[in-house]
Amino acid sequence: MAEPLEHLLGMWRIRILEETVQQLRLDGDIVGSVHLANGQEAIAVGACAQLKSQDAVFATYRGHGWALARGVPAHGILAELLARKTGVNGGRGGSAYFSAPEYGFYGENSIVGAGVPIAVGAALAAKFDNSGRVSLAVFGDGAMNQGGVTEAMNLAAVKSLPVILVCENNRYSELTPIEDMVRNPDLSARAGALGIPAVRIDGNDPVQVSTAIALARQNAAHGLGPTFVEAETRRIVGHYIGDAQQYRPEGELEADLQAEPIKRFRRQLEGAGVPNEIVDGVEEKARREIKEATERALADPPVDPSTALEHLYV
Amino acid sequence: MSDKVKLTYGGAVNAALARCLEQYPETILYGEDVALPGGVFGVTRGLQKAFGERVFDTPISETAMLGAAVGAAMMGRRPIVEIMWMDFALVAFDQIVNQAANVRYVSEGRLSAPLTIRTQQGNAPGACAQHSQNLEALLLHVPGIRVAMPVSAQDAHDVLIAAVACDDPVVVIENRTLYPGAKAEVQLNQPPQPIGGHRRRRRGDDVTVVTWGAISASVQAAADLVAAEGIGADVIEAVWLNPFDTEAVQDSVRRTGRLLVVHEANVTGGFGAEVVARVVEAGVPLKAPPRRLGAQDTRIPAAVALAQAVLPQTAQIADALRALVKG
Repeated sequence: MAEPLEHLLGMWRIRILEETVQQLRLDGDIVGSVHLANGQEAIAVGACAQLKSQDAVFATYRGHGWALARGVPAHGILAELLARKTGVNGGRGGSAYFSAPEYGFYGENSIVGAGVPIAVGAALAAKFDNSGRVSLAVFGDGAMNQGGVTEAMNLAAVKSLPVILVCENNRYSELTPIEDMVRNPDLSARAGALGIPAVRIDGNDPVQVSTAIALARQNAAHGLGPTFVEAETRRIVGHYIGDAQQYRPEGELEADLQAEPIKRFRRQLEGAGVPNEIVDGVEEKARREIKEATERALADPPVDPSTALEHLYV
Repeated sequence: MSDKVKLTYGGAVNAALARCLEQYPETILYGEDVALPGGVFGVTRGLQKAFGERVFDTPISETAMLGAAVGAAMMGRRPIVEIMWMDFALVAFDQIVNQAANVRYVSEGRLSAPLTIRTQQGNAPGACAQHSQNLEALLLHVPGIRVAMPVSAQDAHDVLIAAVACDDPVVVIENRTLYPGAKAEVQLNQPPQPIGGHRRRRRGDDVTVVTWGAISASVQAAADLVAAEGIGADVIEAVWLNPFDTEAVQDSVRRTGRLLVVHEANVTGGFGAEVVARVVEAGVPLKAPPRRLGAQDTRIPAAVALAQAVLPQTAQIADALRALVKG
């Protein structure tokens, strides 16, 4: 499949996975707090397209899409959320804190900003283990106000560690507009202040994301240290399922829905003369995959409570 | 070179670190002022010179230091991180409690975090309230984190090697008052020992005293005092608190019928309560109600006379032993 169609397929997979998760949550098959990434798919897809198998991604609780883009099977993710034995962590991680290291997905994190120092540590390890690993930390705009993120960015900078710092700026620090929580809304400027090369890009364009990450990865791999990529995006769902989003100004969501990455990318493909049936076929393929994964996960056996004490210590 | 050398406690830690760096190529050692300056207490002196870039200084950023240790450990390194004061670990507790402790469990063992945090705690003359706390109970409340508090030079050496060899996160809590003490003979080059265990510092049949950390010296002094009065104290110094050698304590109390737990940490919510509970819940017959002795439940003042009024002293420990045995 040509690269643009791969991008489209990746974004559709995430969108449909998230829509499926939402339905399962509303039906009560999934319980607990769930954070969806609808509208932010282009960042995960564009970034992971440039990563290599040895690379390590550290995501946030809004991380289903990053896992999927990294190659974690939808079935394992859904089974995890559905508390099935076959979940990627056997139900121990749940929606907000699962990992699948065999796919280079070193986990979500439910503490805002906490994955960034850990990703920097994975990069530190790369200095000593000849793995050629580049690590990628993804975090939100809200995480920029966590001290540990600044600490980790500075450590990565001073030690020139191979890490890519991806800030998904969806304009909301959980439920609060980020511009109300910072004096300088240009978050990439903070990275610049620490001596880290920084770019601010359109995070709703997978091609632009891919280009930025390719350069960041190359610099990291060549010993030039971290790069900060501020990817501006819009989440077109609530912070969590059930978020009434009364904090959104009138008309904002409608505008965001026009700018959301799948719709935009479709328009671009159509403009470039890609036949409709090919574009539609990509969506259908993604739907089939996620449907099949969902059916399998729902049919899987539930977690076994007798194992709840295992794996605390070696 | 003989395998037995005379070392201070700090020297024993240094020797253990050197051996770990030598023996485990996946170790890295870092912290604030540990490399070029050799540590504020001199414990890591000479290690950067000997092992190069695997020993390095970091910014004063405990969260970044410990988070990086978690990430590096997940990737197969064995980071040894010095947190200069246990009190400073509080600014980075997320990385210990929410992150390191969860790695193995939540991933069903697909990932592990074999990191060692070396720190030191406790009161020393003139230390302020933010450099005096005994916080082991905070860590002992966290499943997934191993904790040791070695008191002798030999144990400081052996525990550190066991901690580094362990595939789980371990916090080794040292005590700065012990670093410069008298040199003691330390046996080097033994195979790494499994984690866990205790030292019986004195054998007696009248009362069991469980203790850990630097206050063990006061406990032993108190046991000597009451021995002259015919009271035999069975002194168990817990080297490891997680895993804790519950059985050794229960066995001792079965023999003596009396239990005193002494720690420098304050009493309420201290690990002494846990030790008492483990004995009582096991139904070990007691001749007297068990007792805990620790710091008063207050902040630690800087002035020596004030600190002494708060922290357990040898005379008080001896009094507690007498009261337990003589009623």
